[in-house]
Order: sequence, then structure tokens, then C-alpha cells
Amino acid sequence: MSRDVPEKPASVYFFATCLVDLFYPEAGLAGMTLLERQGIRVIFPPGQTCCGQPMRNNGWLDEARAIARQQIKTFPKPIPIVVPSGSCAGMMHRHYPELFAGQPDEAEARAFAARVYELTWFLVHVCKLSLTDGGPPVTVAFHASCHSQREMGVRGEPESLLAGLSNVTLAKLERPNECCGFGGAFSVRQPEISAAMVADKIDDLSKSGASEVLSGDCGCLMNIKGALEKAGRPQKARHIAEFLVERGR
Amino acid sequence: MNAPLPQDTAATAPLAFTGKARVALNDPRLRANFRRAMDGLMSKRAAQFADADEWRTLRARGAEARARALAKLPDLLERLERRCAENAITVHWAETTGQANAIVLDLLTAAGAKTVIKGKSMVSEEMHLNAHLAAHGITAIESDLGEYIIQLAGEAPSHIVMPCIHKNKAEIAALFAEHIPGQPYTENVDDLTGAARNALRGAFAAADAGISGVNFAVAETGTLVLIENEGNGRLSTTLPPLHIAVTGIEKVLEFLDDVPPLLSLLPRSATGQPITTYVNMISGPRRPGEKDGPQAVHLVLLDNGRSRVYDDPQLRDTLRCIRCAACLNHCPVYTRVGGHSYSFTYPGPIGKILSPQLEGLDCAGDQPHASSLCGACAEVCPVEIPIPDLLVRLRGEAISPTSRAVKGGGSARSLGDRLGRRLSTAILGQPRLYGLISRLAGRIGDRLPSWLPGLNRWTRVRSKPAFARRSLHALARERGYADE
Repeated sequence: MSRDVPEKPASVYFFATCLVDLFYPEAGLAGMTLLERQGIRVIFPPGQTCCGQPMRNNGWLDEARAIARQQIKTFPKPIPIVVPSGSCAGMMHRHYPELFAGQPDEAEARAFAARVYELTWFLVHVCKLSLTDGGPPVTVAFHASCHSQREMGVRGEPESLLAGLSNVTLAKLERPNECCGFGGAFSVRQPEISAAMVADKIDDLSKSGASEVLSGDCGCLMNIKGALEKAGRPQKARHIAEFLVERGR
Repeated sequence: MNAPLPQDTAATAPLAFTGKARVALNDPRLRANFRRAMDGLMSKRAAQFADADEWRTLRARGAEARARALAKLPDLLERLERRCAENAITVHWAETTGQANAIVLDLLTAAGAKTVIKGKSMVSEEMHLNAHLAAHGITAIESDLGEYIIQLAGEAPSHIVMPCIHKNKAEIAALFAEHIPGQPYTENVDDLTGAARNALRGAFAAADAGISGVNFAVAETGTLVLIENEGNGRLSTTLPPLHIAVTGIEKVLEFLDDVPPLLSLLPRSATGQPITTYVNMISGPRRPGEKDGPQAVHLVLLDNGRSRVYDDPQLRDTLRCIRCAACLNHCPVYTRVGGHSYSFTYPGPIGKILSPQLEGLDCAGDQPHASSLCGACAEVCPVEIPIPDLLVRLRGEAISPTSRAVKGGGSARSLGDRLGRRLSTAILGQPRLYGLISRLAGRIGDRLPSWLPGLNRWTRVRSKPAFARRSLHALARERGYADE
């Protein structure tokens, strides 16, 4: 799953994802700020909507292709596309090439997919980001999303960014690689199984001693944050980019 | 065998997945049994594949051997039949489970068999063979300890490798005390194993025939490879005068050399053992001068929809499966609902793609949706079956069929589905409309009551997500993130 690390570019595209756009814009702004602090110009094309993952996961492959085509034409320059979500990045990087296999625009989709990077991976490998901590002592847990790990090969990059912050303690989870139970439509198609999964996840987080849970994926965060709130747990949940912007200098 | 045997109940009418899962989720004992067992299996497997390079190399070899065998399946099956015939193993072809059952029954009847001792075989479960034989006056006794236990309980397996993983010691102790005459209640594992051993010993000696599954059938040499831990498979296939092996047509390997990597991958993936206690390589009946072995060996090759699966180049990957069940052990859904929730012979991730293909999307169409697509299954699959991609493919086939490979394609087509497709494409495919809708959502989205159908499935255990007052699009525009 290892991929070539490109030279640090002068400018990148930012693909925010629909969840970030509609629910967590602060996560998107934080991601863009982190890139800008590295001296990278960030371009945010207003034509972007959604990566098409919900359609693909439902089995609506024609519809997913239609949405994907709309995104592909919105990011025409040959520069990296940075995504603050392992799941949406996985859709574009891994699944666009399959979705367009045998179609006339296959080559275009492949070229697009090759330019897609998950935010924390990009910060670590391309920007060689290392931060100085500017905050009080805190214990946080990191929730690694299934798709960032398994589709984007993000393995330990977010944790290494956090480890670089001297006042931050990373809590140990009992089952760090287990799905939180979101899965898009899965959470409403199989509400009871999804509920059991997220209940176990927030128990694991609570037991870890963390006062805050971070993730690189707003889908998981919506699920975990919602469950923490509904259960009346004190832990906060937010995107890792917000945390890094706030603390790192 | 002096314990009374309940009839096979696997063929009872299935309740939909969601309903069965709900029952399982509300059973704390079942959930604890599965969680404990799966946690143990996951850590044992991880210890076996601690060397990532070795895992990658071995896995690539295993996947290659299975993919190559499937690419040549029709040829290899013919070669297997020829080699088997040369070894005096008689090969029978069954298109349906009904035909396979009839073949087995005919062979047993011709031999005058009344009792049969069985090694573990998922294909015989797929055939509901025990019930079929019982209906014709033949008693089949399961000799694998796990299978024996669930046979006593009148249940079907809940796991591919460990059929009674859903039961704990106390439940097994109660079953033995109830069904094995003279057996007192004890949770001492050695005593329990001893009780099963005593009950089964006589059955091995008295059986008129032995039935087994097949792990790999080698086309090059006409060899049936069978792995197991208890020795019951070896006894079942050597002691009785007649041995009948049943297998799906996909279990073929091209060369004997393909066996070692798979033999290393299977038990390590399944139970975290470096190798199983017994590796049986059966190459024919007893030869003149030999002291043991059956007088006749028959191999029943079952299709039951597999050639349909084989015809589709993408879905064909399903048939690579070597039934190690690592995907079950690592599936967060399986861990919580257990094997019986799935209603079909093969539970867990592999079942979610196999059952709809064998049985049809019209009757197993809910299975491909019982996944969060987390990908844990594909990550541990020793033969690289892309299970999440196949789940998505089957979800698609259920609403708009693209191939005749899947029975029941298009059966989930609905008005809601069509509307959803149109609406999402219209909104997400047109940035201006998306902008309009998102502004609207920011204003009124939060006023939606949490009891709304659909939303209430989310809010039962989660707070309602709050729309941002201003979308990132609006904020980015404001901050001058222009498009060039």
C-alpha cells in the first residue's frame, strides 16, 4: 500500500467532502490552514459537492459515476488533491479507477485518483510537518477510520503527528482498529448492530482515560460524537486538523 | 453410539437477517461468548503472521494458486476426474443439492448402510444431508467434537471452522448431562471431551460408511486433502468400508505443489495454529496388502450455483475461498450477532457474498447490506478475496442487474430506491443546485424532528447532527479561497 511521496507542491486542491461542508466546516478550515502554514497555496473549487461514496455503497454505480465525473472535471490541474477524510479519499483514490474500468474516461479517472491524498498522510510525508506544542497537558484518543487505514494506507501518521506534541498524551484503546459502526447507510439500515458497535466504541474511548477523541474522518466523528452526547459522556470529539491547528505552532 | 440424536434442524424457515440479529444482540451470554472467542482468535492469528513480509509473500502464493485453479476450472475438474478414476476413486457430478443427496443416498443404500460417521463438512450442511438421510432411515453421526455438540443441541453450525463457538462450557456440560446416558454434569473440559470420545468410539467402529468434506482436491494427482485436529476425520475416512467425500466444484487445485502454501495459510488464519494436527491425503481405497482404509472411495462434486458464479469474472473471486473463516473472526458485525443470525449455511463476510449468489438475491438480499464495509475481512483474507467490493457489486445487482450470474438480480428495485438515485444525482451532480439545497439545509435542517422515519433510526442512540450555520463553501468564499 506504500505510495510514492511527491515533492512538496506550491499549491494543492482541497476537497472538503459533503459532511465537512454541511456539518463540520471548521474541520475543513483547519485542514486548509495547516496546509497554508506549510507555505502551500490552497485552492477550494466551488464546484465540488460529494465524492459519490454514498451512491457507490448503495450499489448505485451509474449514479456514483455521474457524481464522480462532476468532481473530476472540477479539479483539472495536475496538482495534489488533499482530503480531510480517509473514507472519501479512499473512494476517489481506490474506487474511481474501478468505477471507470472499461469506460471511455478511465484514463482521466485514474490520473485523478493518483492525485488524491489523505490530509494527515500528506502533512507527514509530503510536508514533513512537525509541530511544537502550544497547549496545556491533555490526554486524547485517536480513532483510526477503517478506510483511511485500509484504503489509503494511513497507518500511524495521525498518531505520529500527535506524538510530536509534548503536552499531549495519546491514550491506548483496547480495539483501535475496530469499526465504529457508522458505515454510511449501514447505520440506518442496520440500526441495532450499528448501535451495538458504537456503544462498544465509546466504552473503549471512555475507559482509555482520554478527555477528547480525534479522528481524520467526519463520518466516524458524527457517529462517535453523537453517541457520546446521547449517552451523556463528557468526552469531546472533533477532527484532528482542528486540534493540530489549535495546539501546533 | 448410545446417545439419542435430534434431527437436523438447519432446514427450518429462515427469519430475515435483521430480525435474527436483533435477537442475538439482546442475548448477553451469546455476545460474551462470541466476543471472547473472536478476541482470542484475532490475537492468535496476529501472532502467526507477525512477520509482514512473510505474510505478504505467502498470501500472494495462496491467492495465485486459487486464482489459477479457478481460471482453468473446467479443465482441472476433468483432469481431477481422470486422475481419481486412475486411483479407483469414483467421481459423481451433482448440479443441485437434491442430486447430491440422491447420489449419497444411493451409494449408502447399495452398500446396505444404516449408520454413517461424518467428518466435518460445510457442503454437507449446504445439502442438509443429515436430515435427508434421516428421512430415509439412515443415521448420520457427527464426529467432530463441535459438530457433535451442536448435533446434540439440534442446531446448525454458527461458524465455518468452529461450529459450536457460540456455546460456553456450562452450556455444553448441560447438553452432555442431558443427552449422554450416565454422564453427570461437569464443567471439567477433560471429562467432557472424554465423554464425547467414549460416546463416539463405538460409533466409529460400528459405522457402515464414512462421509467427509474436502479441503483441497488436487487435479494433478487425484488426491483429496483433508485437514483436522481431532483424528476423527482420519477415522471416518479409513475405518468404515465405504468413504464418500462431498465437495463444491471450486475446491480444486492444479498441482500438489499448490497445497503447501495453502496448508500454511489455512490453519494460521483460522485458529492461529501453525498447522493442524492431522493432514490427510487420500489417494484411493485400500490396496491389496494394505492393512486399513475403505474398500471404496467416492467423490461427489457439487455445483449448486457455483458454475453461475464462475461465469462472472468479478464474482468468480468468491470461489477462491478456502473456508478458513478469518473474515468471520475479524468481522465486527459477525462478532456481535453470531453465525445463526445469517440464516444460511455460510455466515459472516464470506457468507454475505456467497449466500446471495448460491441462494439468490431475492431470498438472501439483505445479507450484502449487513456490513459497514469496514474492510477488516479483506485485510485478513489469506487468498485476497475483495469481499467489500463484492458486497457493493451485489448491492448493485439487487437493484439493477448487469449480469445473469446472480439469481434474483433486480429483486430489490423499488420506488424509493429510484427516487433516491434520481434525487442524489440531481443534487450532487449540479453544484448550483447543491449550493441552494445546502443553504436551505443550514436554515431548516435542524428543525427536522428526530422522530422522523429514517432519522429516528439514527437518533435512538445518537444526538442529531447539527447543520453548520454557514457551510464550508460559504466560509471559503468569504475567506477568499478562490478557484483560480
